[in-house]
Amino acid sequence: MTWTPDQPIVSLKDVRKSFGDLEVLKGVSFDVMKGEVICIIGPSGSGKSTLIRCINGLNDIQAGSITVEGQEVHDPKLDKLELRKKVGMVFQQYNLFPHKTALQNVMMAPVLVLKEDKAEVERRARALLAKVRLQGKEDSYPGELSGGQQQRVAIARSLAMNPDVMLFDEVTAALDPETVKEVLVTIRELAEEGMTCMLVTHEMGFAREVADHIYFTDRGVIVEHGPPSTFFTDAKDPRTQEFLGQIL
Amino acid sequence: MRRVAGVNAPGRTDLPVLKPYDVKAVTPDGYIFTRWVATLPWWTPALVVLAALLWPLIASAQSGYTVYDAFDALWRWSPFLLWSGFFFNVLISVFAMAIGTVFGAALGLGQISPNRVLRLAAWFFTQLFRNSPWLVILFIVLLAFPFQVKVFGVTIPIPDWMKGVIGLSLPIMANISEVVRGAVQSVPTAQWEAAESLAFSRRQILWQIILPQCYKRMLPPWMNWYAILTMATPLCTLLGIEEVITLSRQAMEAEDNHPELLVPFYGFILILFFAYCYPIARFTMRLEKKYAVKL
Repeated sequence: MTWTPDQPIVSLKDVRKSFGDLEVLKGVSFDVMKGEVICIIGPSGSGKSTLIRCINGLNDIQAGSITVEGQEVHDPKLDKLELRKKVGMVFQQYNLFPHKTALQNVMMAPVLVLKEDKAEVERRARALLAKVRLQGKEDSYPGELSGGQQQRVAIARSLAMNPDVMLFDEVTAALDPETVKEVLVTIRELAEEGMTCMLVTHEMGFAREVADHIYFTDRGVIVEHGPPSTFFTDAKDPRTQEFLGQIL
Repeated sequence: MRRVAGVNAPGRTDLPVLKPYDVKAVTPDGYIFTRWVATLPWWTPALVVLAALLWPLIASAQSGYTVYDAFDALWRWSPFLLWSGFFFNVLISVFAMAIGTVFGAALGLGQISPNRVLRLAAWFFTQLFRNSPWLVILFIVLLAFPFQVKVFGVTIPIPDWMKGVIGLSLPIMANISEVVRGAVQSVPTAQWEAAESLAFSRRQILWQIILPQCYKRMLPPWMNWYAILTMATPLCTLLGIEEVITLSRQAMEAEDNHPELLVPFYGFILILFFAYCYPIARFTMRLEKKYAVKL
């Protein structure tokens, strides 16, 4: 089975995931097309982060199927490293490597994992750091950067691997309100350039602005979904209405 | 007892609950000895000398051999005790530390291996040597090891002091193993996840990302164990190794075993060990403080 760009780049079919007796995903299905930007919203503990972590194999699943570019993620035969070269991920807590400078953080994976030429990677890394507006911060250590700056380094670090899909797991949740914007601007630029993005977010205004499609999850299922133009105004399910009522 | 929902009382939520934990219970203070040494004022040895001076003044009133004779004897023997005795102890501690560190690091990495058999074996040897009395280990090594081995027809003798080094390196190995395991596990799992997401292999994550973050936090406990090891080297006298205790006993015998010799000679050894370990202890505690905050 070969994947062609007209098929979903990420496809979930009846995904179930439990932590012990606690079932956090109770049959989740949806497709993401290449270049699409989707946002997953929902109350805390509804399984949003778990869902996104299953897509690059950080969490395993009990039933169902997740494919990325036609490849089954949870196939035991699958080379997870090959999958992760295609899927970038950015975390809530940035998770930069504290013993490396910003530039080294960005360069590490392409040099060590992709075995690319160091000079070429450095050129690309500097360009990426400039793209996320961090010129002059190349030699700073993560401890010397603000949360928003660290998060932009983390985005550049993921982009350096030239992924086909980017996963964002509540990337602004740990940031100060005034630095949230600089990170969101970076993500919006990515989305506008056609990067396939999947975001778990609490930023409703941002979701409304950038998303092609919004999924609302509650207690392990997708309750409702739709394009932002209708999702925020014509929510039908009472749970969605209640959630939107609380935050909008 | 306080009732905590989800811990010792029914949960109020069906979501996973992070159980509260007692920080003191999970982090035993491995620095008790070093901390004690480091808190001593630097003039502590002077007190020892003073005590050494006063004690024989009272004791030696009736015998012809005075405290001055005893200190005279010590003066004559001290270069020998220092260069042939104490420096041999230092040599033993350096060798034992080097061997213990290399094998302890390997054992520690074994303890975090994804291979279950390797992990259990490494855990077993760590616990075995960590919880055995050092002296017992020393005697077993002394008695169990041959005095020479033949490798490819070449006979290599194993002198007793080498056995002492091996015997002391075993408990050090086990404790360094725990230091390595603890340091690696103290790195947040988020670092592993971030590296995994960037398609690093397990080996690359460990060597390129996790371990480089560990060296700093491993340094204070490593130095702590070195100080403990140095203090333990006099145990080698029980194996007949000619280190500082053995030599000073021989020296006192040569000086006709006057009881007045005991306090000056052993006091001298005490000062030697103090002078060597005190800076290490102070430095360790400084590093410990410095790195403890930055986790």
